[in-house]
Amino acid sequence: MTTSVYLLMASFVLSLAGLFVFIASMTRGLFGSAEEGSRVIFDADEENTTEDPAASPTDQARLQAEVREGAPARNVEMSRADLLSRVKADRSSAGPTLLCLSLAVAWLVLGSFAGLTASLKMHWPDWLVAPEWLTFGRIRPAHLNMVIYGWSSLSGVGIALWLIPRLLKTELVGGRYAYAGALVWTLGVFIGVVSILAGYSTGLEWLEFPLFPACFLVVGGALMGVPLILTLRNRKVPHLYVSVWYLGAALIWFPLLYAVANAPGIHFGVEQATMNWWFGHNVLGLWFTPLGLAAAYYFIPKVLGTPIYSYNLSLLGFWSLAFFYSQVGGHHLIGGPVPTWLVTLSIVQSVMMIIPVFAVAVNQHMTVVGHFRALKFSPTLRFIVLGAMMYTLASVQGSIEALRSVNTITHFTHFTIAHAHLGLYGFFAMVMFGSIYFVMPRVIGHEWPYAPLISLHFWLVLGGFAIYFVALTIGGWLQGLAMLDAKKPFMDSVAVTIPYLEARSIGGGMMVLGHLVFACHFFLMIFVRKATQAGPTRFGFPQLGPIAAASAPS
Amino acid sequence: MKGEITEFKLVSGALVILAVATMALVAIPYLILRDVKPPAALKPYTAQQLRGRAIYVKNGCIYCHSQQPRDPSQAPDDTRGWGRPSVAADYAYDSPHQLGTMRTGPDLFNIAVRQPSQDWHLGHLYQPRAYTKGSIMPAFPFLYTEHAGPPAPGEKAIHLPPEYAKPGVSIIATPAAQDLVAYLLSLDHSYPVLTNEEQEQVHD
Repeated sequence: MTTSVYLLMASFVLSLAGLFVFIASMTRGLFGSAEEGSRVIFDADEENTTEDPAASPTDQARLQAEVREGAPARNVEMSRADLLSRVKADRSSAGPTLLCLSLAVAWLVLGSFAGLTASLKMHWPDWLVAPEWLTFGRIRPAHLNMVIYGWSSLSGVGIALWLIPRLLKTELVGGRYAYAGALVWTLGVFIGVVSILAGYSTGLEWLEFPLFPACFLVVGGALMGVPLILTLRNRKVPHLYVSVWYLGAALIWFPLLYAVANAPGIHFGVEQATMNWWFGHNVLGLWFTPLGLAAAYYFIPKVLGTPIYSYNLSLLGFWSLAFFYSQVGGHHLIGGPVPTWLVTLSIVQSVMMIIPVFAVAVNQHMTVVGHFRALKFSPTLRFIVLGAMMYTLASVQGSIEALRSVNTITHFTHFTIAHAHLGLYGFFAMVMFGSIYFVMPRVIGHEWPYAPLISLHFWLVLGGFAIYFVALTIGGWLQGLAMLDAKKPFMDSVAVTIPYLEARSIGGGMMVLGHLVFACHFFLMIFVRKATQAGPTRFGFPQLGPIAAASAPS
Repeated sequence: MKGEITEFKLVSGALVILAVATMALVAIPYLILRDVKPPAALKPYTAQQLRGRAIYVKNGCIYCHSQQPRDPSQAPDDTRGWGRPSVAADYAYDSPHQLGTMRTGPDLFNIAVRQPSQDWHLGHLYQPRAYTKGSIMPAFPFLYTEHAGPPAPGEKAIHLPPEYAKPGVSIIATPAAQDLVAYLLSLDHSYPVLTNEEQEQVHD
């Protein structure tokens, strides 16, 4: 016991010291005048100009009036040269982004139905039991892999590819690598999911794909990172905006993580279990979280026309996130047959996660504060600000959940499932929805055809997710308490969850409906062009349309 | 600009951080656990048990069943008959590991001690609710075949409780079902071992 206490204190002190030495060595100008860096996302005279291509012209005017208190947009002064280079940047990424996002949305729909099927099977255990491939233990991992590798990864990369030329103020170089990468990746997910359903799962959570499709993901992931490297060499900005750090690091981390985790013939027994959760949590912390935060750090200030509150804080947040998040995986094995120091280290780092989370929370809140009415007028902001709030919630909940006393109750229960969805859905998917609403008019060249569908999507997934999360959190907690009470038979811990599992299916059903609305709108936008559309408008004027037309190669 | 984060610093920083984490959670456990010897009382799986384990893996039993009883000081796992806290050596023959993170159903690390009847398991996998009221475990009819009349010689027929039995129909366990039950009946880790803390003291 005393050894644990010493270990706890030592790893606590060491990690703090290590982090600060590291940050100091990386950037001596940390607390200097970094504020200029935060303005890289604006062109000359563009600050104070709100922008949301997903909002109707009326709402765009209201957004500007709300945020700038009646001050006129400054875009009239935005030079033709700046506008032209913006159009060129957007045009260069349009193809790869459209491919990634289309594939992502298709996976979202498939993955959602798999999830709903698994949810219903939890309280209808004799439903659809005859077909082998539909058994709960196969459809559940099929759901997980479709939504994380299909939907989340491809949407994250699609948005990343779109952000890169905007952040580096140049055209995307090497788009064909991204096309190839996205196709190889999707093929890998397809083969992987079919393998799981056909009974070829590896049996490791988050790593169910057999070696053959796993290779596709490593190669596809690496290919999708190539345009970033090529474009960086062409960059026209002296400063790399914080979103570039997140994107760059994520695109390096994922192929490495996935390759180490799938290395054949190395991992065994309990070591395999620690590796399993090293991967399981790093794929969240070093892949999805940076992709999501990169988008949030661009779109929130961009929509509001205001630089983020504290740029230094975002830099601190980046390094502390990478450092602490990468070591939290062991908290999935609390109480398990693993070395004490390992679990202790992970618990400490889980609690230390409060630092990067605080950095993001303060930053996003202070940027939006005073402009909350803007959420009414900007669909992009509505999704992304909500997503950023749920990031804070999910992370703080995660830190608390890693504490041994809390973990004793919540481990092995549905509480963990609710927590996972708060992170991957409440945070990541919401940020992606908002980003896609912003990006698509620029990618396609015309607006979203049916604005009310955006609201319908928002309220369906928000309502559905609220029911999902609250029900499963309560159900999981009660399940954990029942299991800890030795006087209660085990079956009590099953019975107590049933109404909450049913509620989860209702919430999940609403989320699926919302996704269908979103997917229909998405594909309608691509294939149906309404006669009234005149190209993406800025601030009510079809300004980029004619310029885009003029710059098109004739 | 002085102190500016360049591509080089970003990439090296990202790699250093990932290396530290990989060292702590993968490399060091690899080195420590590599030399763990299987306990003398733990038998390697037979060919049939291994086939059964593959059925367990491919049908995702892990998503509802853990295989890692916790210490009595943390949870009453032992009182529930799930066994003593497991140690790393118990998993010497396990690949892939099936420790699990969910207990929608009970822990199975010592299911063979708690329920040693092959007949019970074969019937329970066919229809869990025939044996446990309120169970939400899926039925696995695809591990069985059915035909009219009595079972042919060599067929392993299952015997369900009267209210679930189908008169005149024989329900036959496939070899896959029998393999799976053989694996479940190998899950007996009730032999004594040094606890994790005792091992640490031995090393000190």
